[in-house]
Amino acid sequence: MTVTDPNAFSQDDLAKQRFNPNLAGRYRLDNIFRIASWVATIAGLVVLAFLLIDVLVDGLPRLNWQFLTSFPSRSAERAGILAPLVGTVWLLFITALVAFPIGVGAGIFLEEFSTDNLFTRILEINIGNLAAVPSIIYGLLGLAVFVRVFVDITGGRTVFAAGLTLALLILPVIIVATREALRAVPDSLRLAGMALGATRWQTVREHVLPQAFPGILTGTILALSRAIGETAPLIVIGAQTFVPYIPSFREGGFSALPIQIFNWVGRPQAEFHTNAAAGIIVLMIVLLIMNATAIYLRNRFQAGKV
Amino acid sequence: MTTSQLPDPSQNSGLWQPNRKLSKTMEKLAKGLFGAFGILSIFTTVGIVLTLVFETILFFQEVPIWDFLTDTQWTPLFTNSQYGIMVLISATLLTSVIALIVAMPMGILAAVCLSEYAPRKVRSWLKPALEILAGVPTVVFGYFALFLVTPILRPFVPGLQQFNGLSAGIVLGIAILPTIASLSEDAIYAVPQSLRQGSYALGATKRETITNVVLPAALSGIVASFILGVARAVGETMIVTIAAGQNPRLTLDPRVPIQTMTSFIVQVAGGDAPTGSIEYITLFAVGMTLFLITLVLNGFSFWFVRRFREKYE
Repeated sequence: MTVTDPNAFSQDDLAKQRFNPNLAGRYRLDNIFRIASWVATIAGLVVLAFLLIDVLVDGLPRLNWQFLTSFPSRSAERAGILAPLVGTVWLLFITALVAFPIGVGAGIFLEEFSTDNLFTRILEINIGNLAAVPSIIYGLLGLAVFVRVFVDITGGRTVFAAGLTLALLILPVIIVATREALRAVPDSLRLAGMALGATRWQTVREHVLPQAFPGILTGTILALSRAIGETAPLIVIGAQTFVPYIPSFREGGFSALPIQIFNWVGRPQAEFHTNAAAGIIVLMIVLLIMNATAIYLRNRFQAGKV
Repeated sequence: MTTSQLPDPSQNSGLWQPNRKLSKTMEKLAKGLFGAFGILSIFTTVGIVLTLVFETILFFQEVPIWDFLTDTQWTPLFTNSQYGIMVLISATLLTSVIALIVAMPMGILAAVCLSEYAPRKVRSWLKPALEILAGVPTVVFGYFALFLVTPILRPFVPGLQQFNGLSAGIVLGIAILPTIASLSEDAIYAVPQSLRQGSYALGATKRETITNVVLPAALSGIVASFILGVARAVGETMIVTIAAGQNPRLTLDPRVPIQTMTSFIVQVAGGDAPTGSIEYITLFAVGMTLFLITLVLNGFSFWFVRRFREKYE
C-alpha cells in the first residue's frame, strides 16, 4: 500500500503492482471489527441479564412474607431480613438528610457564589480526589472519627455513625451533580434576576434553583442508590450480622441488606445461599425503584425544559 | 443620557427606600453557610489523611518499615506475626490485572460501538442499560463470582479452587467495564467530525478511520479511563473478599485463594479489633497503602490527560 518511489507512478504497470487497494479484504476486516464491537457491548448486557436471571431462579422461591418480616435465625428457613431492611431504610434517611443539604449547598457555592481564586481551585481538586477514594477508606475514616472520636454523639457502632460515613462518601457525587444541574440553567435567568435588583442568593433561590432542582434530585437519588449498595464501609464501621431487634437511631448495633447478603454468602450451607439470593432480589428491587424514580424525574425535566 | 432629564432622586428618596438590609444579610449568610459546606469536603480529605497517617505512624513504631516492604509473609493474626505488605499487594495486583485484561478490550470496543456504530436510537437505550450494570452493588457481583463464574470455569481450568483470583478478577473486570466504556466513549465522542471526514476522503474504511485516526486522537482520554478503572479495581472490596478467599500468600497463580488489601481490612474489621491493638493499627497501615496507590493512579491519570490531550478547535 505504501509508495516509496515517486517514479513508480510514471510507470503504469509497476504502480498497479504496488498499489493494491484490496478493498474486499479490508471490508472483511471492517465487518469483523464491527461485529466484535457489537459483541463486546452486548456481552456486558448478557452478563447483566444472566446475573439477574440466576439470582431470580435461586432466590424467588424463598421470597415470601415470612422472609421479609423475620429476624435472623440459625436455621435458614426461619431467617428473615426485617432488621437489615429497617437498617437500610434508616441509612437511606440519615444519609439523605445529611448529604443532600450539604452537597447541594457546596454545589451552589462553587457554581454561583465563588470566584476563580485559590480557595475555589483547591476545593475543586479536593472534590475530584475525594470522588476517587475507595469506599473502604471512608469506612476507616468513619471508624476512627464517628465511631471512636465522636462516640458520645453517635453512640459508637450505630446506624447514625454509618449514615454519616455514607453521607461523606456520596457528598462529592452530589456536589458534582448539583453543579452540572446548575450549569444547565441558562445565564439569562440570572442576569434577569439581578437586573431587577435581586441579590445573588435571591436569584438563585427564586429562579435558578427551581429550574435546576429536578436535575439535582436525580443526581442525589442516584448517589443514594450507590450508598445503599455499599457494603465495605459498613463492615469496617462494625455493622452486625445478627440483629434480633429493630435497630434504633444511636443505640445498639445495626445491620443492612448488603451486610446480611454478605454474611449469608459466606456461610457454608446452601440454604443460606438461597437466602442471600432472595436478599439480593429485595436489594435490587429497592435500587430499581430508586433508579426508576431518578429516570422518571430526568425525563420529566427534559420535557419541560425552557 | 444626562442626569438633568431625570427627576432629582433626592425628591423621591423620602417616599420609597428599598430596605435591603435583610436581603444583604441573607446573601452573606447563604454564601458563608454554603462556603462552610464546601470546606467540610476539605475536612473530609484532611480527616482521611490525618487518621491514616496517625495510626500508620503508630504501626511503624511496632513494625519496621523495611520489614513491612520486604517481608514475604503476612501473618498479623498469628503469634509469630510478620507484616509483608507485598503479599497483599501481589493479590491486589493479580486481580486488578485480570480485571483489566477483561475490561480493556471490551470497554474500548463497547465505547467504539456506542459512539461510532450504534444508531442514535439503539444508543439511547444501550447507555442506560450499561449504567444499570454500573449500579449493581458489588456484593451482588461477589455472589455472581462465587456461585456462578467459578463453577462455570472449573471444568476448563484444571486446579481451580473454590476461592480463586481468576473468577474474582473476571467479575471485577465486568464491574469496572461501564466505567471504562463510558469514559472512553466521552473521549471518542469529543473527537471532531472533520478528522473522520478527512480520513474517509483519503479512502480509508470505517475501521481504518477508527483505529488509525479516531482512537489515537482520543488516546489520552482512553488511557485515563483505563487508569481510573484500575484505581477502582484496586479499591474494590466485596468481589475479592467473597470470591478470592482470605489466604494471604505471595503468588501470581490465579487458581488459588489469595487475600487482597481490601479483603484483609474486611476480615480484621469484621472481627471487631479493639482500639489501639496491633490488629487495629494494621488496618490503617494497609488502608494507607491502598490510599497512596489509588492517589498515585488518579494523579497519574490527571497528569496524563493534561500532558497528552489533543486539542481541536
